[in-house]
Amino acid sequence: MQEWANQLCENRQFGSKMTDSKYFTTTKKGEIFELKAELNSDKKEKKKEAVKKVIASMTVGKDVSALFPDVVNCMQTDNLELKKLVYLYLMNYAKSQPDMAIMAVNTFVKDCEDPNPLIRALAVRTMGCIRVDKITEYLCEPLRKCLKDEDPYVRKTAAVCVAKLHDINAQLVEDQGFLDTLKDLISDSNPMVVANAVAALSEIAESHPNSNLLDLNPQTINKLLTALNECTEWGQIFILDCLANYTPRDDRESQSICERVTPRLSHANSAVVLSAVKVLMKFMEMLPKDLDYYGTLLKKLAPPLVTLLSAEPELQYVALRNINLIVQRRPEIMKHEMKVFFVKYNDPIYVKLEKLDIMIRLASQANIAQVLAELKEYATEVDVDFVRKAVRAIGRCAIKVEQSAERCVSTLLDLIQTKVNYVVQEAIVVIKDIFRKYPNKYESVIATLCENLDSLDEPEARAAMIWIVGEYAERIDNADELLESFLEGFHDESTQVQLQLLTAIVKLFLKKPTETQELVQQVLSLATQDSDNPDLRDRGYIYWRLLSTDPVAAKEVVLAEKPLISEETDLIEPTLLEELICHIGTLASVYHKPPSAFVEGSRGVQHKRLPCSAGSGESVDSPETSSTAGVSDAPPAVIPSQGDLLGDLLNLDLTPTTTGPPPPAVSTGMQLGAMDLLGGGLDSLLGGDLGGNPAIGAGFGAAPAAMPASFGAPGSGGLDDLFDLGSGVGMPMGAYSPPKSVWLQAMKAKGLEISGTFARRAGVIQMEMTLTNKAMSVMTDFAIQFNRNSFGLSPAGPLQVLTPLSPNQSIEVALPLNTSGPVMKMDPLNNLQVAVKNNIDVFYFSCQYPISMLFVEDGKMERQIFLATWKDIPNENESQFQIKDCHLSSDAVSNKLQGSNIFTIAKRTVDGQDMLYLSVKLTNGIWVLAELRIQAGNPNYTISLKCRAPEVSQCVFQSYEAVLKN
Amino acid sequence: MIDSLFLINHSGDIFLEKHWKSVISRSVCDYFFEAKEKAVDPENVAPVLQTPHHYLISIYRDKIFFLSAIQTEVPPLFVIEFLHRVGDTFLDYFGECSETVIKDNVVIVYELLEEMLDNGFPLATESNVLKEMIKPPNILRSVVNTLTGGSNVGNTLPTGQLSNVPWRRAGVKYTNNEAYFDVIEEIDAILDKSGTTVFAEIQGVIEACVRLTGMPDLTLSFMNPRLLDDVSFHPCVRFKRWESERVLSFIPPDGNFTLMSYQVSSQNLVAIPVYVKQNISFLEAGSCGRLDITIGPKQTMGKTVEGLMVTVHMPKAVLTVNLTATQGTHTYDLATKVLVWDIGKLNPQKLPNLRGSLSMQPGAPKPEENPSLNIDLKIQQLAISGLKVSRLDMYGEKYKPFKGVKYLTKAGKFQVRT
Repeated sequence: MQEWANQLCENRQFGSKMTDSKYFTTTKKGEIFELKAELNSDKKEKKKEAVKKVIASMTVGKDVSALFPDVVNCMQTDNLELKKLVYLYLMNYAKSQPDMAIMAVNTFVKDCEDPNPLIRALAVRTMGCIRVDKITEYLCEPLRKCLKDEDPYVRKTAAVCVAKLHDINAQLVEDQGFLDTLKDLISDSNPMVVANAVAALSEIAESHPNSNLLDLNPQTINKLLTALNECTEWGQIFILDCLANYTPRDDRESQSICERVTPRLSHANSAVVLSAVKVLMKFMEMLPKDLDYYGTLLKKLAPPLVTLLSAEPELQYVALRNINLIVQRRPEIMKHEMKVFFVKYNDPIYVKLEKLDIMIRLASQANIAQVLAELKEYATEVDVDFVRKAVRAIGRCAIKVEQSAERCVSTLLDLIQTKVNYVVQEAIVVIKDIFRKYPNKYESVIATLCENLDSLDEPEARAAMIWIVGEYAERIDNADELLESFLEGFHDESTQVQLQLLTAIVKLFLKKPTETQELVQQVLSLATQDSDNPDLRDRGYIYWRLLSTDPVAAKEVVLAEKPLISEETDLIEPTLLEELICHIGTLASVYHKPPSAFVEGSRGVQHKRLPCSAGSGESVDSPETSSTAGVSDAPPAVIPSQGDLLGDLLNLDLTPTTTGPPPPAVSTGMQLGAMDLLGGGLDSLLGGDLGGNPAIGAGFGAAPAAMPASFGAPGSGGLDDLFDLGSGVGMPMGAYSPPKSVWLQAMKAKGLEISGTFARRAGVIQMEMTLTNKAMSVMTDFAIQFNRNSFGLSPAGPLQVLTPLSPNQSIEVALPLNTSGPVMKMDPLNNLQVAVKNNIDVFYFSCQYPISMLFVEDGKMERQIFLATWKDIPNENESQFQIKDCHLSSDAVSNKLQGSNIFTIAKRTVDGQDMLYLSVKLTNGIWVLAELRIQAGNPNYTISLKCRAPEVSQCVFQSYEAVLKN
Repeated sequence: MIDSLFLINHSGDIFLEKHWKSVISRSVCDYFFEAKEKAVDPENVAPVLQTPHHYLISIYRDKIFFLSAIQTEVPPLFVIEFLHRVGDTFLDYFGECSETVIKDNVVIVYELLEEMLDNGFPLATESNVLKEMIKPPNILRSVVNTLTGGSNVGNTLPTGQLSNVPWRRAGVKYTNNEAYFDVIEEIDAILDKSGTTVFAEIQGVIEACVRLTGMPDLTLSFMNPRLLDDVSFHPCVRFKRWESERVLSFIPPDGNFTLMSYQVSSQNLVAIPVYVKQNISFLEAGSCGRLDITIGPKQTMGKTVEGLMVTVHMPKAVLTVNLTATQGTHTYDLATKVLVWDIGKLNPQKLPNLRGSLSMQPGAPKPEENPSLNIDLKIQQLAISGLKVSRLDMYGEKYKPFKGVKYLTKAGKFQVRT
């Protein structure tokens, strides 16, 4: 069977010899193998055919990346077609084979120097499409040359290439000064180059909304307007879109720009036309209305818009969405053009719906007869959505044009007679609105409506009908019967209907109290007792209370005069409309939403505003826009503060220690991780200063006893981690450890990013790192080494990265350290130089560790020795520091410090000033003694440090400060 | 700008994809397929769709969806125009735009797409320029190429690419110099039951076929240019001259192109060339209906109406038709419920008539709506708006070209409500 199929395949191949489809027929197993052989063939023609086959497979999504080296080998050729084909291949697969792609670099660089401009341009263009870092590095020089090439074709290609490069590596583009070169190209002599430079700058500017890249001034505007006349249609779109961002200085300038843009309205390309319309709509705002030119311009805008409606349906759709905006802003433009919006039966549905919308906006007394006739026609069409909208449109006409109301109502009645279910329902919904707008005018039709009561099955229609019955209860003889019939299935109705039914029956009761008492009681009990919907229940209770306490007041409330409904529905809110007018022709104008609402990762997209007319005096320009931009920037600023809030909440939960003297039991629980470290310190603390308070002592004593043994064990890392996780912002539970910071940037380390911190956990110093692979290839073989440092820190074991790190993956590593390495004094003292190696390279970075992690657990000095040592150390070794803005009580301070192995030896209170005596021992045996003075009510503490090696004082002080403030 | 293009056939297979920036996975099309599913008819798929990370802008032509995926804010019209341009280019290169022909020429298609767009910016979309860079396929050339090892790709920079007249290539030579202009007008109209015009307008185009040596500068003037208040021009037309003198002055592209399109809008009275007397009725309870259509000439300016054809989309309930025509043939497609009556030439002495009965599905309710009639017709040697070319002058070259103008009026979207 397979054999037969193959044969068939071959036959077909023979049959279609002259076409490319032969490339698709090789689906046999050894395909890749065969292609490989052909690619390495000596015959040029065979090679080219083979590359074509490869490209054909690629276009249909087959993976032919395995042929990479063979295809790249064909690159060095003087046959332009073959070269192009190879380039096509490269662009597709270079990313997955970055190392191989490097092989192509030389040819690219050589081609960038070729005498043929076509080849120069092709090379720089292709290089820009290869998103591989290594290639990008080599791109800079050729690109710089090409941006200044003598041939405009090369320059314009290079301009686009800057945008490509920016997409890959924005920093590089800025560092290399390409943006300035690009800006210079706006003044290029060739219009095509100007257009491409504008396009590239606009694209780059989109990712930097506040960069002011397209710095428009009258001179550049003039250059753009000149280029506009001479460049291609696509270039015109870019230039017009760019022009639209400019705010002219006065109405004269505005008018002259308008005059030069107007000819674009006659362009065959609809995108050019719409972009020109945008510029004109925006700059028109600045023209005084009494100017002749203003009127001329208005007249000129209509025909091109009408022309857009005779184009392909997709173009029509976009045009209609924009016309919808234009009509709302300046109805006078299209007011005579109603007929072009009439629906043709073979319009796609999305065009029909849009046309209908605009028809209603344009409806006026002058054309209402025509519009109504059309709408009636549409209401008998086949498409349900369209018919519904048409019926609604009739209602909207009635509300908008008073003179037509009567005709609209009779049209709606005709439609109700058709008995087509959804037509009837829509009609009833809109008739309700007509009743609201023209009270006591068309009630004669109620009888007809009531006939259709049974056929209503949609909640909106049912609710509308019930509202009508309740509102006109006094004129409907059997109103109570009608409403009662709805009551039977009360609980099956939707909330909308239930609420309406409740109100309607209360209205009925207020109008005809005698015969409907039972009904109202029934509905009130249904609403209040049997319903679980709070809205319904509350409304029920309110009515009940009103009716039982003061029926007159109830009447005033329930039967109060209703506010009139507005003429126009679905109008876009004016400020949004202004913004959308500035975005005519863009996606925003299609969605009728500001770009910030849907553009992905909207990086603080600037809100655009229409310029103000010269007549109105106050000018709304840059300060205003920047302030709105500020508003849009605000939300991102709020988010981190929410994060803080979260942190605060957690802090509150976990560390009541921060406020006032802590209940000791809690603080013990808090310091689970440090439990074993407290050791003897706890006893002596209790014995010393706190000993006088038995209650606290009991608390301390009891807590450890109640704890499971494992909690006390040094290996309680799990719990420790848990706390770390919970604290989020790096709240120290045990020893203080600063939050992770980036030590090694990916850019400097071929994609390897290292961030990390140091911590002391259960007596072991740890270097905790996050390694992230931001490169495209897998990283393996990690190793680490330290340079000599002040305290002899060195890794206690190898760096444990067992699995290879694949692209975009991160891994957390904890490296235990010891202090037995070679010592060399560093500056600053706590500086640490690190080398990290992986399969790619060796990278160096330096970081600073908090000296507090060198504070050992047995750093509590005997009181007597402390006193002696304090006296013994000469006074010149004493240094004083201030710790500012710290709001902890002395007990909290000593608790906190103890977590980081800073031990309180004694506490004294003199004249309302708390004096804490503290001791610290470093890993290399240096003792640092301290006196901390805390004055009640003063957030600034004074600390005096005494040490035999005064060099460490500064670092130790920093640690004190860090510990206390975190 | 435009990131990726997918070509999708009628049954929803992606048969070609091209990425101009990074590769966007095919799975993005799933959102489109969902919309397509919902829309039932392929014509009704909304052209602009939003997905979580991309915008999808599509057009539907020649039974192919051209679907582009976009990541940034971009004018949708720009994309739609470009997609149509891609379709036009295929048509121009391969004579048709279909799945088979695209697959047959996939490498050229790929080369073309690469040449048309760079990083999402249009690069070369003029057919003249493209053809100089990538030669269109033909059998002779592929034979020659196979023998000589030549290629389909031009080795030099296209001359038009950067000149002030990018649409024209340099060094054009012909032995017979000729310039033909076709003024083609389409009537879009809606007539109501009683025959009064609800809406009518004329869409006109001037199609040119210019084969002239060198760099000719042409001026085309009209007898009655006042008729034209809404025009759009090929980029070659000098707008200033039109504004001031109402003449078309231009250096033409080589070969076939659309010189201008215009619209004679509803402000002016549009002549309707035929009238239709019709009566279609369905009996309330019964299972049949009647149809009677007569067509006669109205404002034909003394010319003959040809190629007359009436198309009726019958309601679903109509099972078969039993009709007789006094002229022409009629067919009824049972599956699509489309009745086509091909009349041919309209003879004013003996008006064509189609009448008979329609048999309905028993028990089906009476159709709510009568079907509209779509009329197709042609009138040679007449521009229904009355537009007339007065003369064509050539400057810049010495030789005497052969000149010609033809007029044709057609029905566009011409429908009669019943």
